[in-house]
Amino acid sequence: MHKAAQFFKNKFSLQFILLSLIALILGSLFGVLAGFQYILPDFLKELLPFTKMRPFHDSSVTSWIILAAIGSIYFVLSNLEGMTIFSPKLTKIHFYLFLVIGIAIYISIGTGYMGGREYLAFIPILILPIIIGWVLFGYNYYKTVLNQVKNWPVYYWMWGTGIVFMIFHLVEAHFWFSPYFRENFVRDLTVQWKSYGSFVGSWNQLVYGLSIYIMAKIKNDNSIGRGKLPFFFYFLGLTNLMFGWAHHTYIIPTQPWIRYVAYGISMTEWIILGYMIYSWKKSLSEEKKENNTLAYKFLMAADFWIFINLILALLISIPIINFFSHGTHITVAHSMGTTIGINTTILLSTLFYIASRIDSSFKDNIKQLLAGFYIFNGALMVFFGALIAAGLKRSEWMYFSKNMPFAEMKINLANNYYIFLIAGIVMFIGILMLTIPLFKVFLKEYKIAVKA
Amino acid sequence: MKIKKYENKHHNRVIISVLVFTFVIYNYFVYSSGTETLAPKLSIEAIDGQVLWQENNCWTCHQLYGLGGYLGPDLTNITSNPQKGENYIKGFINSGVKSMPKYNFTDEEKNQIIAFLRAVDQTGYFPNYKANLQPNGWVEIDYKSTDSTAQQPNK
Repeated sequence: MHKAAQFFKNKFSLQFILLSLIALILGSLFGVLAGFQYILPDFLKELLPFTKMRPFHDSSVTSWIILAAIGSIYFVLSNLEGMTIFSPKLTKIHFYLFLVIGIAIYISIGTGYMGGREYLAFIPILILPIIIGWVLFGYNYYKTVLNQVKNWPVYYWMWGTGIVFMIFHLVEAHFWFSPYFRENFVRDLTVQWKSYGSFVGSWNQLVYGLSIYIMAKIKNDNSIGRGKLPFFFYFLGLTNLMFGWAHHTYIIPTQPWIRYVAYGISMTEWIILGYMIYSWKKSLSEEKKENNTLAYKFLMAADFWIFINLILALLISIPIINFFSHGTHITVAHSMGTTIGINTTILLSTLFYIASRIDSSFKDNIKQLLAGFYIFNGALMVFFGALIAAGLKRSEWMYFSKNMPFAEMKINLANNYYIFLIAGIVMFIGILMLTIPLFKVFLKEYKIAVKA
Repeated sequence: MKIKKYENKHHNRVIISVLVFTFVIYNYFVYSSGTETLAPKLSIEAIDGQVLWQENNCWTCHQLYGLGGYLGPDLTNITSNPQKGENYIKGFINSGVKSMPKYNFTDEEKNQIIAFLRAVDQTGYFPNYKANLQPNGWVEIDYKSTDSTAQQPNK
């Protein structure tokens, strides 16, 4: 029997993954087109102005991260850990609900019938079925895992808490429906960005949980994910998710204690940085012994991007640095480094791992994939650097060149935008080189699973 | 049913409970006293302006308090800016420039958007040029006083 036939009962995990790859390709394409609008303001202005292009890009890449994480978790539980999913029917409802919501979001943005806020631009009523989908996922997850696993390893905790906090922060992001929040602009803006910071922290719990799981499988070492140290870092991450969001809002005139707490909590991440440097030095000699698969390469790349982004995040969490970096492209570099460098890299690692498990004929070290890996990471490095440089120039303009008009500052940034666009195009090519072979593998396995 | 058992036995549930309890208390204070402000409540006209701000995705290009897109300028203090101000916004908003689409707002809608931006302006400053940067890395931001907020609409 073909391996995929064993996955017949759980073909919805493959559907989530296929949908996530489509979202990644579309999201990257919208990103490149939006990049063109920085250089050529009239480009597609009538058909798809930036006010639609950016929501298309944001919604698609957010969907990529969420759908890939959900599909991978369903896949791990049912196929790699051999558990019986509590309710396959709920998985089916969850999938079709998210599929319909995805189409509705695209229609909402395409027709310009929106009304939401940054990152959640679609018509606000759609948040209700989105939250229902997450509740279904959470119910199915807890009913599945609570009945079949005792004394959970850390990644089960991460997935479990990630789902719960995702639901909470999606609700919190819509507190503006209430006049109590909406009539007080400072409160409204603060809570909006509080929810966004923690929203990313919540999906990080899902994605980082997958990375620890894949690491344990690649190294064939089940102690990874168990013991005091992984749990210490899990609780540290959770504490930052709950209390460490306020570096987004340092400059908003809230009460100072909100900033004191955020500053203090953010600085605990130095512990993670210190430990990463320590463990990197320790494992340096063993690195060559590791299995040289693409899943492993992506995990190593994620390690690098975590390191770079953690340094940046720590620096911009220091109020005096945040003062100059806030409102500049340095913040964009931080969010791109996190969503592309860390989240996307870990999720691609997970998908390459799953692909190699479901199709033994899938060679993940062929030249095209390796080239895609290097192109993707190299372009991301240039992209990241161009944003940091643009942010420094913008900050210099904000605080030291007050008399220079905005338009002139933008002209000064033109070179950065060209580099940023070219790097974005090259990165898109790298993403296509990686995702198209992955898509083919998952589609083939899905067709076999359906027939079986 | 096969049950998987692992050896680690931590007090995870206790730690989670303590964290969640602290989180609930913390949220209570963030949602109440932590975000109290001297600025007046948003008027109905200002809220209607905010609806237009959201429906037209102004945030994709513009920022308020540095939060939003970077294709256009930050508008936190545009209504009190002596070189810009309300007439400048009214003139600019329907003309459309380069990447900015040409909108067709009515006079009433333009007034609503201005009421929203004026309300935002009353809450504080961005960039906060008078902030006190301290050698230990802390920043004491400059808050807008009630007196200055009262004067803003007249500018």
